[in-house]
Amino acid sequence: MDELQNLFHGFAVAATLPNLGFMLVGITLGVLIGVLPGLGGANGVAILLPLTFSMDPTSAIIMLSCIYWGALFGGAITSILFNIPGEPWSVATTFDGYPMAQQGRAAQALTAAFTSSFVGAIFAVILITFTAPLLAKFALEFGPAEFFAVQLLTFCSFVGMSKEPPAKTIAAMMLGFALAAVGMDTVTGQLRMTYGYTELLKGFGFLIAVIGLFGIGEILLTMEEGLAFKGKSAKIDFKVVWQTWGELIRHWKLFLRSVVVGCWMGITPGGATPASFMSYGMARRMSKDPQSFGKGRIEGVVAPETAAHAAGTSALLPMLTLGIPGSPTAAVLLGGLLIWGLQPGPMLFVEQKDFVWGLIASMYIGNIVGLIVVLTTVPWWAAILRIPFSIIGPVIIVICAIGAYTVNNSMFDVVMMLVFGVMGYLFKKLKYPLAPMVLALVLGDMAEASFRQAMLISQGSMDIFWSNPLVASIAGLAIAMLVWPLWGAAKNLARQRELRAGG
Amino acid sequence: MMSDRAEEKDDSVGVRWPELGVALLLVVLAGLVIKDSLRVGTGWADDGPRAGYFPFYIGLALLLSAGWVALKQMLRWRSHERFAERAQMASVWAILWPMAIYIGLIFAVGIYVSSILLIGYFMLRHGKHGMTLTAAVSLGVPLFFFLVFERWFLVALPKGPLEAWFGF
Repeated sequence: MDELQNLFHGFAVAATLPNLGFMLVGITLGVLIGVLPGLGGANGVAILLPLTFSMDPTSAIIMLSCIYWGALFGGAITSILFNIPGEPWSVATTFDGYPMAQQGRAAQALTAAFTSSFVGAIFAVILITFTAPLLAKFALEFGPAEFFAVQLLTFCSFVGMSKEPPAKTIAAMMLGFALAAVGMDTVTGQLRMTYGYTELLKGFGFLIAVIGLFGIGEILLTMEEGLAFKGKSAKIDFKVVWQTWGELIRHWKLFLRSVVVGCWMGITPGGATPASFMSYGMARRMSKDPQSFGKGRIEGVVAPETAAHAAGTSALLPMLTLGIPGSPTAAVLLGGLLIWGLQPGPMLFVEQKDFVWGLIASMYIGNIVGLIVVLTTVPWWAAILRIPFSIIGPVIIVICAIGAYTVNNSMFDVVMMLVFGVMGYLFKKLKYPLAPMVLALVLGDMAEASFRQAMLISQGSMDIFWSNPLVASIAGLAIAMLVWPLWGAAKNLARQRELRAGG
Repeated sequence: MMSDRAEEKDDSVGVRWPELGVALLLVVLAGLVIKDSLRVGTGWADDGPRAGYFPFYIGLALLLSAGWVALKQMLRWRSHERFAERAQMASVWAILWPMAIYIGLIFAVGIYVSSILLIGYFMLRHGKHGMTLTAAVSLGVPLFFFLVFERWFLVALPKGPLEAWFGF
């Protein structure tokens, strides 16, 4: 039981007084970010990342990951009380959460949501605790070809699994790779795609892209919808919590199912949003009374929240062990690791034991702290949402601008933030997915490096991706994911032809 | 003619122009990537793949996928899918241009003064808040950030003549 020993050591690292303080700050900021429109987990972490450059990496990642947990919790508050999903993964929570609030059961809905989030996260953390060291040990054997194959699999599964048209998914992803390639080539030292502009020497910062795409883009979308926040108020007292918990225990099967869906979607880069929808859909289909969903069923809150949190948390598993983030926020955290001088991937478990296990232990503590914080402070967050957008909107723009500036102390980045913001708005409206683009921007250099190393080993022959059973099966799976939409299209075509022949 | 009149009545912006515009922009970007990859070399040097080896194929894939989107859009040009209502576009514009001016102003007068102006303008113009509240928020928020960044975290943000006059 090496893991348990390591974990206890991790608790010793994480549970110091300053780190607990950082957790509390992180959770509070995270809930605030989750509640406010235009600020989400990914860009919230991106904005605060520069402030942590001077901090100890372990404390910094504890605080930043707590922001992530906080944002996951915060999304539920807005969806239940205001019918506004503060985060994309809480859209499914509005289906039954808001009707419950309308019926005067807001406190139950919130308790159910927070508890589900907590359960989902804890199961995912347990999964990370026990599988991460194994996966890391396994990945230590990986060569460049295997790493590139895993990265290929990550990106191909976006094409295979996303709801968006495959051509747009590929275009968004390739744009991310192209932006990542701008600047100095790390291997040959040549300048690429700068076209003589010195500002482009450093390339496009992914933090700027995230702040623009998710922050400014979201503000523009919020303006378009012309939101007027009119919501229910809620106070949670201990009796309601206790009663709701009693009710929730009866749904343990639903919890388990949602956890499985969430963990699976989090490790494969499906992400929290599809996980929440999938889990909600499954809960409805398997229910004895599917008609009552959407009218305020507690299961309709439990299923998506559990899955979203399980996915959001388990997205950190591939990030820590393989250096491949399962979600945009995990991608930003990965960028943070690189900035703090830590190389994500299997070596992290060998060289930075304190860091890794401190982080994993902080996930346990952080989620417990988070649950207590949100259960006790709901009325305040609801009050913040009542501040009109005409005040919140410009303040968030100011925060984004400051965040973009502090990454490199450069005004060029602030201008780029606006460009990325407009792009984020257009991409969202035209159904180009943003997650693969951000991931490609973060992973671009790494993917290129491992591809080139693999090519060097094989002297330019693609055969290296079929050279042993491991790499061949990963690469094969990737290709299968890539052609998956084609198969769907072919099936549709065949069905149409059949219909025509029949009619 | 009928379809033209229907278009006039429809109070929304069609999806086709934005769709085509974005796709063509991506095609142009792909062209830039491919052109520069060819310049630095896409082949094989003594010490391994050249700098343009990987980006070249990235550019090619971007060209193909974005070109496909553009082509598909042109093929179904006549279908009327909605991008957004005109009123919605107006409210997006109402925050976009102040944001652009705000960023331009940062160059001239620093981030604190421009933030006061942005928040103040927005609260008066779109929120119709009273002068007292507007003044309190638009002065208070930048002042708070000033204390947090310049004093507490010692991160220097862009400053202009006003701050210089105060001796910062």
